[in-house]
Amino acid sequence: MLRLSIPLRQALARLTLPVLVAMAFGTILLGKADALLAERARMALADILAPLWAAMAEPLRTARDAVEEARGLLALRAENARLREENERLRRWLAAALALEAENALLRRQLAFIPDPAPHFVTARVVADGGGTYARAVLLAVHPGHTVRKGQVALDERGFVGRVTEVGTRSARVLLATDVSSRIPVTLEGSRARALMIGTNGPRPRLAYWPEGVRPAEGERLVTSAESNLFPGGLPGGVVRWSEAGTPEVELFARLDRLDLVRLFDFDTSGILPPEAVARPEQTRGRSSARTAAATMARQ
Amino acid sequence: MIGGPPGAAPPRPSPQGRKEPPPGLLHRLDALGRASLPGVATAGLMVLAAAPPAGLPGAVAAVCLPAVFFWSAFHPAAMPAPVVFALGLLQDLLGLAPLGTGVLTLLLVHGAVTRWRRPIARQTFLVVWVLYCAAAGAAAALGWALQFLLTLRLPALTPAWHQFLLTIGLYPLLAWPMGWLHRTVVRVEEEAGA
Repeated sequence: MLRLSIPLRQALARLTLPVLVAMAFGTILLGKADALLAERARMALADILAPLWAAMAEPLRTARDAVEEARGLLALRAENARLREENERLRRWLAAALALEAENALLRRQLAFIPDPAPHFVTARVVADGGGTYARAVLLAVHPGHTVRKGQVALDERGFVGRVTEVGTRSARVLLATDVSSRIPVTLEGSRARALMIGTNGPRPRLAYWPEGVRPAEGERLVTSAESNLFPGGLPGGVVRWSEAGTPEVELFARLDRLDLVRLFDFDTSGILPPEAVARPEQTRGRSSARTAAATMARQ
Repeated sequence: MIGGPPGAAPPRPSPQGRKEPPPGLLHRLDALGRASLPGVATAGLMVLAAAPPAGLPGAVAAVCLPAVFFWSAFHPAAMPAPVVFALGLLQDLLGLAPLGTGVLTLLLVHGAVTRWRRPIARQTFLVVWVLYCAAAGAAAALGWALQFLLTLRLPALTPAWHQFLLTIGLYPLLAWPMGWLHRTVVRVEEEAGA
């Protein structure tokens, strides 16, 4: 240890603060002059502290979970009351559904109704966006021995995606409902009016050609229409949204911007198809309807 | 870094039979731990406050300023200017403010408080808190002005205001354990000195 005289030591002690303040200004200037230096110093410190923080993360998470648990316990009473009320409501609906089901069965017996077979579908992975002739299309990977045909309807877990337009041995292209060349006949679920959903290459297709006297209501659900025998009716499409420009648009249920798996339903429709639709041999399959497709979707 | 310095342990009643502990290595370690405890504890608290899952922005500075104020006022030997400098640097590196602003703010607070520490130390807790609020307000204003000068953009007032509120709100919470620690250290030092 250095031995210093007492006055010198006092003078040094008095000088410490001014010197350190000057050093603080120096640090400010240094940080201003070389922004990269501060960044590197921060990263070095974070590197040193990272293991410590990682070790602390577990107890902290436990503490937070405990707090959450306590809050959940406090909210239990209100939650219980809400659930009881909801249960009551659902019970009433269950009664209504059972009554309707019984009535339905009765009426079917009267009519000798032939029930719809469940539609056949395959699930394929989306491997690429875009490409091909269309602006909004996705490419699906399929196995060589697949049964995908042109004109099949693609749905994701939420709703209508598009139609198969081209089929190769290992891939198939689906034209999305948002493409500018896509025209989908739809039905407004509330008014049962027909309209055409026309792609714009934007995220929301617009709605056109609805009958006079009917105005698509904001938030009204759209389902596909069986008109022209192109699609089975009743597939969930989207909801009507009026744009700021005053045109009705469709907010699709399907998340077209993050498609990963789509299901290709074979409804065996024989409507208007693009040319060379007979390139692949058709497989005979029972007619099916969208209602069972929707039921299949709901079951999944 | 000294993990769990001996001063952190509750005060041991000094054994009656022995008068003078020999000034050996353990003794010196003990003194060193006691002297560095406030700084080390503050740094540890700041690192804790900066831990990602805690997720309270501005908590680092709000933890640091009370410690610097308290120790500068009541036990300046435990919070010398170089330690304040180091804490400020740590605060700047843990946060995202321009480098050096925390250092300068803390040093100025430290200087002002040590200058008037005798009148401050005589006050009641409430008055000290009010004085601390004034210091925290000045520090927040200085930090805001420095950020404005260094980035040449007007920083938003709301975060600075929230930071100030957090800083003054945390003081009583931190002053209580620090007061306990202070009393303990003083007692142990008196015992060691006696």
